[in-house]
Amino acid sequence: MEAVAIPPFERFYEDTREEIWRYLVRLLGREAAEEAFQETFLRALRGYAKLSHARHLRAWAYTIATRVAVDERRRRAPAGTIPELATEDERPAYAELDHLAGDLPATERAAVVLRYGYDLPYADIAAALGSTEAAARQATSSGVRRLRRRNT
Amino acid sequence: MTVPTNLDRAFRERAAAEGMLDVAYDFTDSPVGELLVAATERGLCRISFDPEPEGELEWLAKAYGVRVLRSPRPLEDSRRELDEYFEGRRNEFDLAIDLEALPSFQQLVLAELQRVPYGATATYGSLAERIGKPRAARAVGGALNKNPVPIVVPCHRIVGASGSLVGYAGGLERKRQLLALEGAMLA
Repeated sequence: MEAVAIPPFERFYEDTREEIWRYLVRLLGREAAEEAFQETFLRALRGYAKLSHARHLRAWAYTIATRVAVDERRRRAPAGTIPELATEDERPAYAELDHLAGDLPATERAAVVLRYGYDLPYADIAAALGSTEAAARQATSSGVRRLRRRNT
Repeated sequence: MTVPTNLDRAFRERAAAEGMLDVAYDFTDSPVGELLVAATERGLCRISFDPEPEGELEWLAKAYGVRVLRSPRPLEDSRRELDEYFEGRRNEFDLAIDLEALPSFQQLVLAELQRVPYGATATYGSLAERIGKPRAARAVGGALNKNPVPIVVPCHRIVGASGSLVGYAGGLERKRQLLALEGAMLA
């Protein structure tokens, strides 16, 4: 009956920091990823004591990182530049997807990458984007349509 | 591409500085082996001789809260005072100690224990008497055996009625080492 115990934060941090770092570098570029990385795990710490179970911790980390990245991109949007994508990546499928989705609007890009690069369910993507599940579906499919138009 | 060391350090520092941790911990070298030291906002709450983090971190999370993170800054004073102690330059620790998570009997025993001065020893029975429970020597032994903050809360100064070392959670060899360092007279 007892849910999976929530591990000490150190465990959660060690288990997720590398992939969250790579994810943020891909979304934001290396320089901006540094601040976003700290912000992601500080937000995680803030919410950690209130978690009621340890399921989906990895997806939870991605949702926070995505939200931080989306905020960051919105904040920088007026400047108009989208950072260069990192070229190193140990997981080519993600890199490929990121590369393709590189200049989609921030929300669509995050939705597409989370859906097809990380296999997150729409409920998690919605949480990440701070929207409803329907809106997350909508953002994903319009991102995909936009990519298709562009690549045909 | 791994998380840059300075970024990792910056996060750990900031988490502690912003008061977001239930427990901060770190490791420190000593003549009795590597030690894991941990503190809450209220004070030092754990010194472990066998820094096998898995079990230790679980224990800390259960006792004090799940936001347990390695973060050196909050442990700086503890590490420095331990260094000084092991170099023979310190007879008393000026560290706040957090024993709040412990049962009240154990807190009582450990509080009394802290009055046994550097270089001296006392017996389980005398400690039991001092807390007004002269027949509780065995329970006192149990409380000492589970002392979460050895060295600083000096359970190594408690010996058997005949002056023999009897037992120590960190092993008798360590107990002998600590008493020798303090120049205590042994039977």
